[in-house]
Amino acid sequence: MSVLAIIAARLFKAALTLLAIAVLNFCLLHAAPGDPAVVLAGEAGAADEQMIEQLRERFGLDQPFGVQLWKYVSGVAQLDLGYSFRQGAPVIDLIAERLPATLLLTLTAFVISLVFGIALGVAAAARVGKPQDSLLTALALLFYATPLYWAALMAVLVFSVWLGWLPGFGYETVGAGYTGFDRALDIARHLVLPALTLGLFFMAVYMRMTRASMLEVSTADFVKTARAKGLSGAVIRRRHILRNAILPVVTLAGLQAGQLIGGAVLTETVFAWPGIGRLMFESLAARDYNTILGVFLVSAAMVILFNIVTDIVYRLVDPRIGARA
Amino acid sequence: MSFWKRFRTNIGAIVGVVLLIGVIAIALLAPVIFEHGPWQMVQRPFLAPFAVDGLPLGTDTLGRDVASQLAHGARVSLLVGLVSTLVALLIGVPLGALAGFYGGYVDEGAMRFTEFFQTIPNFALAIVLVAIFEPSLASITLAIAIVSWPPVARLVRAEVMSVRKREFVDAATLAGLSKHRILIRQVLPNTVSPIIVMASLMVATAILLESSLSFLGLGDPNAMSWGYMIGAARTVIRSSWWLSFFPGVAIIITVLALNLIGEGLNDALNPHLSRKGRA
Repeated sequence: MSVLAIIAARLFKAALTLLAIAVLNFCLLHAAPGDPAVVLAGEAGAADEQMIEQLRERFGLDQPFGVQLWKYVSGVAQLDLGYSFRQGAPVIDLIAERLPATLLLTLTAFVISLVFGIALGVAAAARVGKPQDSLLTALALLFYATPLYWAALMAVLVFSVWLGWLPGFGYETVGAGYTGFDRALDIARHLVLPALTLGLFFMAVYMRMTRASMLEVSTADFVKTARAKGLSGAVIRRRHILRNAILPVVTLAGLQAGQLIGGAVLTETVFAWPGIGRLMFESLAARDYNTILGVFLVSAAMVILFNIVTDIVYRLVDPRIGARA
Repeated sequence: MSFWKRFRTNIGAIVGVVLLIGVIAIALLAPVIFEHGPWQMVQRPFLAPFAVDGLPLGTDTLGRDVASQLAHGARVSLLVGLVSTLVALLIGVPLGALAGFYGGYVDEGAMRFTEFFQTIPNFALAIVLVAIFEPSLASITLAIAIVSWPPVARLVRAEVMSVRKREFVDAATLAGLSKHRILIRQVLPNTVSPIIVMASLMVATAILLESSLSFLGLGDPNAMSWGYMIGAARTVIRSSWWLSFFPGVAIIITVLALNLIGEGLNDALNPHLSRKGRA
C-alpha cells in the first residue's frame, strides 16, 4: 500500500472512532442523573426555568431518542460541541482558544521525555550491573511511582517559591507587555517547570523500555559479529544496537500520547497553564458537562491524529514496516 | 528453584512486601491508633509537624489531624486500587479469553472494542465518567476499572492463543471434553501467572489514578483520600508545604511497593524472562 492509501485508511478509521466517541458522549449526557436539559445547562442554568425550556426545544429533548442522537452527532460532525453556559461561549471557541497552549506543553514534554528517556536508557544499558545503572534504574522506579501533580507541586515549591529561579504560575508574565523574542523567552521560562514535570513520568517509562530493549538486542548474533569484526563498544551501541532497540520505544511512545493528554489536565491545573486541561478542571467544579465532554472529544481527536503521524514517521524511518499495511 | 526461593532472593520484592504490609497494617489499624477521625477538628489549623504533642504531622487548613488523615487515606487507596483491579480483571479476562479461544468474528469484534477503549485517553475518560455519575467510591472504582481493562484483554488473548495450540489441549479434545470446559479448566489456569503480574502492577496504577481524580476534586466527599489532601493543600503550598508533601510520600511508598512486588513476581514466575525488565 502506498503511504497515501494508508493515510486515507487511517483517517477513515479515525472518523469512525470519533463518531463512536460522539455517540458515547451523547449516551453519557443522558445517563447522568437528572433531567438532560438541566444537565446541559450545568450549574449556571439550574434555576432558570425558561432557559431549560429553550434548551429542551433546541436539542429536541422532547423528541424520540434516535432523533436526538442524530441531532447531537451531526452537530459534533459540524464542530458544534454545544454551548458553555458557565463561560457564555460556544465550547468549540473555548477549546480553540486554549488548544495552542496545550499543544506547546504536551509536545515539549513529549520531546523532553523521549530524548532524555532514550539517552538515560542507553547510558544505563551500557553500564549494566554497575552502580550508575542501579542508580538510574532506582530513580526511574521512583519517578514511575510519583504522582504527576505532586511532582509538579514540589517543583513549584522548590524552584519557584524557595529558589525563585523560574515562574511557577501561568503562561506568560501578565502585563509585562513583551513582544517578539522577549515574549517567546518569557513563555519558554514559564514552560520549563510544567514541561519537565509532565515529562518526568514518561521519561522514566522510556528509560526503562530503552534499557530493556538495548539489553535484549545486545545478545543478538549480528552484535556478536560486529564485535568480532573489532568495532568499538561505542560504535556497536550507536550503530547496531540502538537503531534496532529504539523501534519498540517509539511505538510505545506513540501509544502513550493519550496518557500525556491526561497528564496535561493535572499539570495545567497545578501551573495554571491556560490549556484545555485547565479548561476541563475549571468545568468540573461548575458541572459544565458540555465543556467537559467537548475537551474529552478533542483530546481523543488529538491522540488519534498523533498516532497517525507517529505511524507515518515510523514507516518512513523503518522501510521494513511499509511492506505490510 | 521454586517460586518462593526466587521471590525471596529478590531484595526489591522483599522491600516491597515489607512496605506494603506496613501500609496495610496502618490502614487496618487507623481507627484504633487515632482517637480522632480524619474529618474531626482537633487543634488550630496550619500547625507544623511536631509543633504540638500527639500531632506528629501537624494539622491541615481546618485544624484536622494530618497523621489520622494519612492513615485513613490508606484505606481508600488500597480499597479502590484492589477492587477496581478485580473489576477490570472481570471485564478483561473473559473478553480476552473468548477472543483468543474462539478466534474469527468473536476475536475481531472483541479486539475492535478493546482498541476503541485503548484509543480514548484513559485519564480523560475516567474524569468524564466520575464527573457525570457523581463522585463516590463506587463510581471512582468503576471508572478506573473501565479505563484499565484493555491491556488485560490483550494479554489474556495472546496467552490463550498460545496455550490452546499446545498438545494437552488436543489431548483434552480427544478425551471428549467440551470446548467450554477446555477453556475454563485447561487453558485459563495456564495463563494465571502473567495475569497475576499484570494485576499487581494495575493496583499501583489504580492507586495513582484514584489519587489524581481526588486531587481534581473528584474524590468521594465522604472518604478521606491522599489525593484530596494534596488538592486541598495546593493553594497553601507557599505557607504550609508539609500538607502537600506527606500525602505524596505516602502515595509514592505504596505505589513503589506494589511495583517492586510486581517485578519480583514477574522475575519469579517467568524466570526465563527475568533481567529483561518490562516497560
